[in-house]
Amino acid sequence: MTGQALFDKVWDAHRVLDREDGATLLWVDRHFVHEGSHHAFGKLDARGLPLRHPELTFGVADHYVPTRGREPASEAIARMVATLEANAARHRFRLFGLDDPRQGIVHVTGPEQGLTLPGLLVVCGDSHTSTHGALAAFAFGIGATEVAHVLATQTTWQKKPKRMRLRIEGATGPGVGAKDIALNWIARLGADGARGHAIEYAGAAVRALSVEGRLTLCNLSIEGGARCGMVAPDAVTLDWLKGRPYAPDGADWDSAAEAWTGLATDADAEFDREEVLDAAEIAPIVTWGTSPEDALPITGTIPDPARADGAAAERIRAALDYMGLSAGRPLIGTPVDQVFIGSCTNARIEDLRAAAAVLQGRQAKVPGLVSPGSRLVKLQAEAEGLDRIFTAAGLEWAGAGCSMCVGMNGDIVAPGKRCASTTNRNFRGRQGPGARTHLMSPAMVAAAAVTGTLTDVRPLLSGRAA
Amino acid sequence: MAGWTRHQGLAVGLPREGIDTDQLIPARFMSAPRSAGYGGFLLHDLRMDAAGRPDTDFPLNKPEAAGASILIARRNFGGGSSREAAVYALADAGFRVVAAPSFGDIFGANCVGNGLLPARVTEAEAERLLAAAPCRLTVDLETGTIAGCGDDIAFALDPVWRLKLINGWDDIDLTAAHAEAIDAFAAARRRDAPWAWPRAAG
Repeated sequence: MTGQALFDKVWDAHRVLDREDGATLLWVDRHFVHEGSHHAFGKLDARGLPLRHPELTFGVADHYVPTRGREPASEAIARMVATLEANAARHRFRLFGLDDPRQGIVHVTGPEQGLTLPGLLVVCGDSHTSTHGALAAFAFGIGATEVAHVLATQTTWQKKPKRMRLRIEGATGPGVGAKDIALNWIARLGADGARGHAIEYAGAAVRALSVEGRLTLCNLSIEGGARCGMVAPDAVTLDWLKGRPYAPDGADWDSAAEAWTGLATDADAEFDREEVLDAAEIAPIVTWGTSPEDALPITGTIPDPARADGAAAERIRAALDYMGLSAGRPLIGTPVDQVFIGSCTNARIEDLRAAAAVLQGRQAKVPGLVSPGSRLVKLQAEAEGLDRIFTAAGLEWAGAGCSMCVGMNGDIVAPGKRCASTTNRNFRGRQGPGARTHLMSPAMVAAAAVTGTLTDVRPLLSGRAA
Repeated sequence: MAGWTRHQGLAVGLPREGIDTDQLIPARFMSAPRSAGYGGFLLHDLRMDAAGRPDTDFPLNKPEAAGASILIARRNFGGGSSREAAVYALADAGFRVVAAPSFGDIFGANCVGNGLLPARVTEAEAERLLAAAPCRLTVDLETGTIAGCGDDIAFALDPVWRLKLINGWDDIDLTAAHAEAIDAFAAARRRDAPWAWPRAAG
């Protein structure tokens, strides 16, 4: 009998029952909700059903929260936050709301509080729930109908995805991090390249990542179409989790640590698909188009639709038209209007440190916003003096939330403006109607701020610890 | 939600790749209650110019697309955000079927939860349908075919989703029958993996 993969082990531990048609009912260990979950609470209320397990349900205010001052941008936005508060009070689940010092983006706050643990099944009505797989949880985003089902039953019907192992071997060069690894594989395999698959990230370059880096890597799994992304637990995972508020302690910690160590993929486990990347070949990456798959090394040139065929040529032409870019020009030197450092992808303490390492003692040539991923990240950054580096460079230091990633809380990029952004989606209109987004790492965004253009960060790191 | 096995309707083509859910419904509209109707938000920023006037060149704005209930598109339809509002916008605008070479996984599940069929066809078949649209098509869940545009096209669909669409199953109702099994599972998990419950919550 062949061994089991990490994903198989976590899947099997949550199987309540299998149905004849191939669907499996899975137990949910953690359910995170946010303001956008209002449709699902509406469905629950319409049936007169209670929240089945309030102790396993956690709310976070993030998508709609104001990051500059306390005043929401509109009445409709204020109502979204108030509705979440009302649902939390009525259904008696814990809310990290506007007045809570632990408030932040759900995919930052959940791991930070030790709510996300190895071997757990985690769901949330948000596609970037894949983030939590960095801690070896099986974590995925679901829509409102499924959120309502989890609220009512603490379970979810799923069909088992295929297993894919993505090994990143070797070591990354200076100035290259988790964001570059992620955009590299998405550019190679496509934005739907991992559709229907649960990814396990493995290999030396993944093992070498901190938990923060792994959270970034797993966060972007959904941008390659994967159902989820996971990293097997190791000493890095356990060291990071120990002592976090909701993580087990005492004898529970010991038994948990033993169980988690056993989750690693067996040596003889088989995967439906294997892909291998060489970390040494990965350069700092930026996107040029309107899908995360439209990504190239910063040293590259903007694609030419004349050199592509059919639908692909049409798509490149439309993307360049929207982005206001000319085919065949180098990416380096493309002027940007502003920068944004934030989001569930890249707003953790290490991300802020990486950006600050480039910005220290330098001036930004364009305006920009820095929004930490949580209030605790904000406090830590301020304790380290990072906020003063950002403000001295001329950037704005804001509060925690989804902010300018999602264009729904008042923080938006104006029509036609070009933004170098640490976020996850360069979709049309994502950061605001007509906004032009270039995705890249925090260090690369800092480099774009310093030069006012898309820039290779590596020369700017010379003589600095990044 | 009512089940269905056969749908006849007007198909309209949207010859683009990567229609993500941010395009299907921009985020700023999602604070509206569902009762307000989401049809007017569908593909809003592609259908309307910056001044809010309809773009007459956009396929869905053309007179011959009026009343369409089947949408044909290129690969990677519905990727991105898990927002079910993208499906509400399609459903409220009258769509029952989307045919494309690939779909976002979460979007596909959201479709099926709302009676909308995400029918996977090959790239070549999608191009054939795009070339023929607007045209009247018949989509059959029992036979798994799309008829009305030359030879019948067999579409791919997860069997779990097919049964759910045909039966109009409501998962909460189905799961209620398993309440005892779920409670027994929870008790066993709590015993075997006490660390899986959050500590501070006791």
